[in-house]
Order: sequence, then C-alpha cells, then structure tokens
Amino acid sequence: MSALSCSLHRVSLQGHEILRDIALDLPAGRWTAVVGPNGAGKSTLLRALSGLIPVEGQVLLDARPLHDWPAKQRARALAWLGQNESGGEDLTAFDVVMLGRLPHQAWLAAPSSADHAAVQAAMAQTQSWDWRERRLGTLSGGERQRVLLARALAVQAPLLMMDEPLAHLDPPHQADWLAIVRALVAGGRTVVSVLHELNVALQADELVVMAAGRVVHQGSPGDAATRAALQQVFEQRLRLLQVEGQWLALPHT
Amino acid sequence: MTRPAPLLALLLALSAALLLLGIAVGSTGFGWPADEIGRQIVWDIRLPRSLGAWAAGALLGLAGAIAQGLFRNPLADPYLLGGAAGAGLGVALSLTVFGSTIGTSIGLHKLGLSGAAFIGCLAGVLLTLMLARGAEHTLRLLLAGVVVGVVLTAGTNLLMLMKADIMREMQAFLLGSTGLLGWPGVTLMGAALVASLAIAMAGSRALDALTLGESTAQSLGVRLGLMRIVLIAAFALATGTAVAQAGMIAFVGLVAPHLVRNLCPTTHGRLLGLSACTGGALLLAADILARWLFAPQELPVGIVTSILGGAYLLVLMNRRQRRVAA
Repeated sequence: MSALSCSLHRVSLQGHEILRDIALDLPAGRWTAVVGPNGAGKSTLLRALSGLIPVEGQVLLDARPLHDWPAKQRARALAWLGQNESGGEDLTAFDVVMLGRLPHQAWLAAPSSADHAAVQAAMAQTQSWDWRERRLGTLSGGERQRVLLARALAVQAPLLMMDEPLAHLDPPHQADWLAIVRALVAGGRTVVSVLHELNVALQADELVVMAAGRVVHQGSPGDAATRAALQQVFEQRLRLLQVEGQWLALPHT
Repeated sequence: MTRPAPLLALLLALSAALLLLGIAVGSTGFGWPADEIGRQIVWDIRLPRSLGAWAAGALLGLAGAIAQGLFRNPLADPYLLGGAAGAGLGVALSLTVFGSTIGTSIGLHKLGLSGAAFIGCLAGVLLTLMLARGAEHTLRLLLAGVVVGVVLTAGTNLLMLMKADIMREMQAFLLGSTGLLGWPGVTLMGAALVASLAIAMAGSRALDALTLGESTAQSLGVRLGLMRIVLIAAFALATGTAVAQAGMIAFVGLVAPHLVRNLCPTTHGRLLGLSACTGGALLLAADILARWLFAPQELPVGIVTSILGGAYLLVLMNRRQRRVAA
C-alpha cells in the first residue's frame, strides 16, 4: 500500500520547467530517500508531493487527491521540513517547536497537555530541550537544524517529508537522525527525505534516483540495478563499496 | 530578557504615569489646575490630547508589528502598501477642492481632512492589492506598494505646485501633530484600536508560522491568502485611523515592535498587544516632550519622534555591528 503516489506531467517554477513526466508510488511504513545530482529537481519534487507548489498532474495522499484535503487535515497527515529555511530568529526554540502543533490546535486555543508532551518528546529526540528558552537566532547552524527537525517531528504526522535534514549536522547527530528515522518507520510512519549524503541515503529502504527533472530509477539500495542507476546519474564517478554489509559511495577521481 | 506579563504591566504603569504627566504639562509648565478654567483645560484639552497621543501611537505600533510579521521584514512600517501616499493625496485633494480654510469651524475642517486621509489611506492600500492581484505573493505586494507610493506622491506634489497655499497645511500633516486631538478623535481611535487588535489577534498564529517561511506556514495548514487579507484589513484600519487623526507620525510604528522584540522574544499573540502599548507610551512621551521642551512654544510631535527614532535605530545598528564583530 502506498502512502503517497503521483503522476505529474509537468512542474514549472517561474516559467522554467523543473520536473516532467514523473510517476511514483511511495510505500507506506518505509523510508524513501530521493537522491541525484545538483539541479535534478529533488527539492521541487518534495514540494510538489507536499502540495506546496502548483503542479500539472495529480498527487494522491492516502488515495485521495492532495488538493481535496482540507488544509489543516492535510497538515496533520503530512509534515514537511524545508531546506535552509530562514527566519524565526526572534522566537524561542520552544515556541518554534510548538508551531508544529498548529494543525492540532483549535483556532487560537491554548496548547493542550498533549501539545506540551509532543513538543517535549520531539525536543528530547533531537536533544534540543536544553535550549528551549533561547532565541532561534542565537543558535548555531546545527543547533538550529535540530530545533527545526523537532518542529517537524512535533507534528506527529504519519508521513514526514524532509529536505536535506542533515544539513549542518555533525556525524553523531547524523547518527541520531538515522535512529529517529528508523524508530519512526518501525512505528509504522512513512519518511521521505531528500539527501545529499549518499552514504546515509544508501541505508534507506528505498531510493528514488533522479536526474534532469525525471525519475531514473526507484528501488532498494541492495539491488544492483539501483546502484547502476546511481552510477549513471553521477556520470560513473562514484566508487560503491560494501563495508560490513553496508553500501558506501566515495567520489571517484 | 523579560517575560511578556511583567513587560505588559511595566508598559501599562509607564503609560499611566505618562498620562498623569501629560495632564500636568501645559503651556505654563507643570501644574495642577486650581480653578474652574484650569479644570476645563485639563478635561477638554490636555486629557483627550494625551489619551489621543497614546491611542495614535498604539495604532501605529500595532500596524508596524503586523507589517513586520506579514512581510517578514524588520524594516516594514505602517506606511507601506501605498497607505501613506494615499492619505497624503486625500488630504491634498481635500485642501485643493475645499480650500485650506473651509468655513469658520476648525472642527469641521479637521473632520473633513481626517475623513480624506482615512479614505485616501484605505484607497491606497486597496489600489496596491488590486495591482498585486490579491495578496498571494509578498514580493508583488511590496512592489505594487512602491508603485502606488511613487505615483500617488507625484500626484500630491503636482497639487502642491499648482496650489501653493495648501503647502503649509500639507507640511503640518506630513510632520504629524497631536495638538488638535479631541474627545471624538479619542473615541474613534479607541474603537479602531480594539477592532484592529481583535482582527490581528485572529491572525497571530499565522504570523508565528510565517516567521519560519511561507512554505512552512503552508505546510502547517495556514491558509496564507485568506490570512493576508485579514491582516491587511487590520493593518489598514489601524494605519488609516491613526494617520487621519494625527498625520504621518514617523518612526513610532517602526521602532515599537523592535523594542518589544529586543526586550522579550515572544509569539505574535503577545507581540501585537505589547507593540501597541509600547507605541502608545512612545508617542505620549514624545507628545509631552514636544509640549514641554520649548514651552510655551510647541514642537510638532513628528519632529520629536523622528529625532528619537533615528537615534534609537543608530544605537541598534551599532550594537548589531558590535555583536557581529564579537
């Protein structure tokens, strides 16, 4: 069963065609990583699938057209974390994470105890609870990213879309992110992430390999065909090695 | 860093103290009235004037907070989106058509100008919305606001060139003044403050979500188009009423939200109210200074706010630079 599926004829941004003829089925309860060279259209695909930009074609969330979903209900079903989103400098980290509870709150209602629990749990998961009183603008890039990740986790949506979630994170916190994703998937949630770090992406359940606005291949990283597609879109300039049962990609000069 | 509740209490106490001071300061210096005429001066002139200055400042502080949140820009002020240029043109048109001394009643004349400024301000914002074809795109809104501002200001300048005798009154309006505020103006501004604050509060969560960017806000289920219209309505009502009663007082709307954010980082639900209180206290303090500095002469309050606001921004700029350098 698929959590999200799409058949997109075309997606354009400011008159430029970014994506063309994409049909995807993203399995529920799995972690799918979207990879590809710079400018392949990965972020645009994630935005299109999240209903954040107009598309020519159709996106189905739980077998129902995305634009048929009431805004708030959709926001509870699908959480999105953007790449390099600026702003929020004057809000405290706690207030930022609490924004993730917005889709659950009645209009102007005060946060419930469930909201507080969700915020605390999400901030504990990303180890950002200690800075809850600090302004977002005073945090380092990695600290900020962990607060924003907690914001997306606090939505507690069955489907979590993340665009370059590892930006600014050091290796221990990349490992933490991996553990969070595995726990989410083990709990039945669906995770879709655009990833720059191929070594992390190769640990996903599914890879979507993109190049030049199209999907070249979709499959498990364990399949030889998936790795061949990866080599193809990166112009055969990868060295794919298996170490301790885990595939790694190194730049090949 | 302060908490919102103590800051609100502090601002209200400060406002009350300033109000007492505002009642006591007159053209003869400080003093409490001893006789009937003195009491009449306090009741009919100093009290409404002081309350009016507070209300006008509160409206501007609120409009500034809405604009800075909506456009995610700390330099946004209440005079964006063509409102100021529209109000200016409205006043210039009214002065040109009806002459600068309509009848003999100052009150009627003032009423006419206030109405013209209010209608002009709303017309300017509406024109901007029309040119931007709605409120879906922030950048298009801002650009349309610039276009409307430039074109309407050109119209105002043309009128002033053609009819030079309106120049003096136009200048007084452009500088802003709290000198002629009476009870009707206070009532009107009070009502507008309650209404625009209530409308803006309805969109306060949307403003919070917007701080993280339009896409994030959208992903959180905020209906951006609708919220922008609602917030622009509150913004236009607050700006239009303040400009109509007190002219184009500079800097209060820009500085008040800044001060609040510096003192106490908080969400828009509280920032909006705190900015209004700060704007009120600022303009009332500036009004008292304007009356007292060169008494019995009086400065236009707009000059006082311009100098104080400019000085504040300069201090802020230097502090930012030091923080970046550190």
